[in-house]
Amino acid sequence: MSERPLAEPAAPLDLLDERLRRGAGLRSALTGILERIRSGDLGALPIIVGLLVIWTVFQALNPVFLSSTNLVNLLMESVSVGVIALGVVCVLLVGQIDLSVGSVSGLSAALTAVTFVEAGWPLPAAMAAAIGAGAAIGWIYAQMVTRLGVPSFVATLAGLLSFLGVQLWLLGDTGAVNLPYDSDLVHFAQLAFVPAWLSYVLVVLAAGWLFATGYTLARKRRAAGLSARSTRLLVVRSAGLLAALGFAVWYLNRARGIGWMFVCFVGLVLALNYALTRTGWGRSVFAVGGNAEAARRAGINVRRIYTGAFVLCSSLAALGGMLAAARLAAANQASGAGDVNLNAIAAAVIGGTSLFGGRGSAFAALLGILVIQSISSGLTLLDLDSSFRFIVTGLVLALAVALDSAARRSRASHGRA
Amino acid sequence: MTAVSTTGPVLSLRGVSKNFGAVAALTGVHLDVAPRQVVAIVGDNGAGKSTLVKILSGVHRPDTGSIVFGGREVTISGPADAHALGIATVFQDLALCENLDVVENLFLGRELRRGRLDEVTMELRSWELLRQLSAKIPSVRIPVASLSGGQRQTVAIARSLLGDPAVIILDEPTAALGVAQTAEVLHLIERLRDRGLGVIMISHSMEEVRAVADEVAVLRLGRNNGVFKAAEVSSQDIIAAIVGADALPHHPHRPHRGENRGDE
Ligand SMILES: Nc1ncnc2c1ncn2[C@@H]1O[C@H](COP(=O)(O)OP(=O)(O)OP(=O)(O)O)[C@@H](O)[C@H]1O
Ligand SMILES: [Mg+2]
Repeated sequence: MSERPLAEPAAPLDLLDERLRRGAGLRSALTGILERIRSGDLGALPIIVGLLVIWTVFQALNPVFLSSTNLVNLLMESVSVGVIALGVVCVLLVGQIDLSVGSVSGLSAALTAVTFVEAGWPLPAAMAAAIGAGAAIGWIYAQMVTRLGVPSFVATLAGLLSFLGVQLWLLGDTGAVNLPYDSDLVHFAQLAFVPAWLSYVLVVLAAGWLFATGYTLARKRRAAGLSARSTRLLVVRSAGLLAALGFAVWYLNRARGIGWMFVCFVGLVLALNYALTRTGWGRSVFAVGGNAEAARRAGINVRRIYTGAFVLCSSLAALGGMLAAARLAAANQASGAGDVNLNAIAAAVIGGTSLFGGRGSAFAALLGILVIQSISSGLTLLDLDSSFRFIVTGLVLALAVALDSAARRSRASHGRA
Repeated sequence: MTAVSTTGPVLSLRGVSKNFGAVAALTGVHLDVAPRQVVAIVGDNGAGKSTLVKILSGVHRPDTGSIVFGGREVTISGPADAHALGIATVFQDLALCENLDVVENLFLGRELRRGRLDEVTMELRSWELLRQLSAKIPSVRIPVASLSGGQRQTVAIARSLLGDPAVIILDEPTAALGVAQTAEVLHLIERLRDRGLGVIMISHSMEEVRAVADEVAVLRLGRNNGVFKAAEVSSQDIIAAIVGADALPHHPHRPHRGENRGDE
């Protein structure tokens, strides 16, 4: 600190290099974003554009699509697979994959239903058992991968089949267990909506929180002599969020509003985002995904990070399966089957989590599942059956992976990891 | 100028061997580093220098032999153990995470936190460290993938300086550096020595070795092949020990020491 250059006292410490073409104001923030996009650091842009395209097309084909009622439903339907996708983001970030999330969610649905309905356990105990089973499954995968050196796609592929078997066995001959409509779980998944006034309060809180955290960080950086976002930029950003969320909430409130289940999903996304970006654990996750050997040499317990990622993934898959059962008010042989598995993985990838490890964010699950669910809902409204849904979702996944690979190449040539 | 240490070694290797399958990478290697001493390890490609470094930094476990640190026999069973002892390493392949930015790489595994990560302090410390090395890095918030080879090497060196090590190991630290940065690193090595650290440096450049090292340890085909006082040995003698040719014609001319000392 003793020899801070005196040449340009006004310039922040981190912007002294003359090769840097960047300031801290509103305009330079915009040009910075444009430049990043051009160099292949696409961020959330392609997905937001994609979402707009999908919505426009479906709205043109069927005007019900963008109605409040349909969107309310769309959000509720997206939660269970979205929660599963959140777990998939974790394993993808450390450079692994879990192909069994569908089976694990189905197993969890069956386990919850059987223990709660047939064995008469209290609901919290049944839920804890299902999530505990998920955690145990993730732990087993982690042991296979880290101790035996089994590639994760093989380990989880084996799990896919085995846990499907366990699910079918649990459900027994009838093959289905209904959850009582008056149980808290079903109520939560079907009927619990945020009161309108509270939803607006939440929106204001979100925007205020975005501004407050941005502002304190900027002040701290400025006090330390580093560049910081201008207050104007922060205000614009928060106002933008306020307007966007406010409009969305107003529109949804014209129908039933926002489900508590969706709010909880967003809460999970925010919590994971915080853990990934603001804690040492999150830093280690990205490091292991980027270069596991370098992470090991930095003293990170790589095995523990892998284990954490697998456990988190399977636990979230279990939670997602439970929510799916609650939404359906039943667990059956089709729980977690069909396209659940691929939809969850596709959501994570479409949302911008790299299959190559070390890149992505918790928001990928949220954005990705909105795309998947929009397609699904739109095709259902057009009376097209699941065959079309599979085809279109598959194509979108292929597109997303191609985009991921292309962006990766472009980043390499533009010097961004 | 050359501070000759009087205390005992801070770090010693005693008869260390390491095999990779059929390849005996190291056989019965001894090495001593004292505080306030720069030991250069030289040897041909594949002589086992990097393997030695990896054993000291906990990346590999030795098959036989022992490591003595601060007078106590220690087992270094992982990189975390080496860090805890105070052994910092700059690896030949740098071992950086390309997807993380400079600050994140510098503090990887020992992030500063006050509840959550303290990014501002880490960024300040990063600038401080990099300035110490005259690093030409435009921004510490860009991913390491976008840095040049030399800039990455500077980052790797800067990382080893964090956390107050007692011994610092540099595996070919100047291989990718420009003129000014090489001089800076050599100067830094001297400053580290003057601060009382033991420094192990690996280099293929006789000039550098003779400029900063107090002792030169030669490895040949995984075995010790002589330890020389840098002040008393000629480049020819070192080269002869490296290639193992006694037959190499001994050059009578001894280059003047001190010619290339003042290159900061
Ligand atoms: N992980 C490994 N697995 C198998 N063999 C290895 C491994 N690491 C090193 N070796 C072998 O050990 C020997 C010594 O390698 P090392 O990397 O220590 O050489 P070096 O002296 O650092 O060479 P250079 O000057 O090229 O860096 C070589 O024969 C190499 O093939
Ligand atoms: Mg080497």
